[in-house]
Amino acid sequence: MVRFKQRDIISIRHFNKEELLCILDLAKQMEQMDNTELLKGKVLASLFFEPSTRTRLSFESSMKRLGGSVIGFAESGVSSAAKGESLSDSIKIVEGYCDIIVLRHYLEGSAQLAADVATIPVINAGDGANQHPTQTFLDLYTIQKTKGTLEGLTIGFLGDLKYGRTVHSLAYALSHFGAEMYFVSPPSLQLPNDFIDVLKDRKVKCHENESLRGISRRLDVIYCTRIQKERFADPVEFEKVRGIYRLSRAMLEEVGIKNDLKVLHPLPRVDEMDDSLDATDFAVYFHQARNGVPVRKAILAAVLGAIA
Amino acid sequence: MKHLDVAAIKDGSVIDHIDSKSTLKVADLLQIQNEEQVVLVGINLTSKFLKKKGIIKIEGKIIDQKEANKIALIAPNATVNIIKDYEVVKKFNTVIPEIIDGIVKCFNPNCVSNHNNIKTKQHVVNKNPIRLQCHYCERIMGAKDIVLI
Repeated sequence: MVRFKQRDIISIRHFNKEELLCILDLAKQMEQMDNTELLKGKVLASLFFEPSTRTRLSFESSMKRLGGSVIGFAESGVSSAAKGESLSDSIKIVEGYCDIIVLRHYLEGSAQLAADVATIPVINAGDGANQHPTQTFLDLYTIQKTKGTLEGLTIGFLGDLKYGRTVHSLAYALSHFGAEMYFVSPPSLQLPNDFIDVLKDRKVKCHENESLRGISRRLDVIYCTRIQKERFADPVEFEKVRGIYRLSRAMLEEVGIKNDLKVLHPLPRVDEMDDSLDATDFAVYFHQARNGVPVRKAILAAVLGAIA
Repeated sequence: MKHLDVAAIKDGSVIDHIDSKSTLKVADLLQIQNEEQVVLVGINLTSKFLKKKGIIKIEGKIIDQKEANKIALIAPNATVNIIKDYEVVKKFNTVIPEIIDGIVKCFNPNCVSNHNNIKTKQHVVNKNPIRLQCHYCERIMGAKDIVLI
């Protein structure tokens, strides 16, 4: 029996295959359901120490569509962190005002620290370059919906694989489903070696490439990511790799792809994906962003014990 | 009578079979500089098993299994002898624990444990070769990344 009540959602590594599929089933139910009062009287604290549009707004929308309410802040400058308050202290204070905490923070491991300190559930909405589990749930949901299955797919990850937390989380999750993975990036943005070792320990067939050429026809899904300027300490290093990949309709036709390829992107995009793709059947990234609501509704309702 | 490279102690602990290059790290971990009584440290001693080994003898200190297990992180082959009146009264191997609490610094500069006043914590995911996963940031470090606090 899978149980999510009062559970922290910190890392995709904490979920087995049965639990992943259970959340996707609950998300499907939520998508078919109108607005409800399942979480009436419950308060979500939305603590965003780093900028966000999709994650923050879709959590807030999900909570409100379930009848709950939201408090919080969208930048660290307006919180007591600006006065030097420790994260542990902030969490101990905030938990007295709410039933559940959603936290985004620039330091890796901050969500685990918050969960260790808090007596109420904490949901990780992104901790530095580490994890972003609810994004992974919605990525899985989108792949399952558009490909009809999660089993045995061939996935190409493209772009910033070193700092891209969505890539790390999704690759780990797909390791439960027998996926074959191609990691396409410039050498300076390759997947960290320790993470490659984790995937190999999990018997994942992984390949590292610098280009889509020669491998694109094998891919069922391309998961494209933005090269994140904010993760580079040295702007010169960023300039060396910015714009190195640019997915477009013409480019995909040139390298050759499967007819039923799907292209996902956690968004925002900058210049790595041309809008000529938007009107094609390949592009599912706007649906993907919209799927954030049913998936986060499912997580909030399950963790707060309103559904099981 | 057997010749000893490092003089005997009357009562205390002897940490033997330390990989020679790790001897001073073990000494650092045990904070021998704070000891009041005699501490003897030998490096590059002949060993059948390790070829060259290190040894630390601490007068007046009894090392327990928990403390010995911390040593295992740096010197996995080390053994501990408890000495009473010049005789070995107890001998045990060091064992790498499942969780490392408060002795290893996370090698990830962006880990929350390097920015907040919290105790570090790692889960041992592999014992040989040693691989530790940070409880907070989930990064995995190998032997070369281990820095003691």
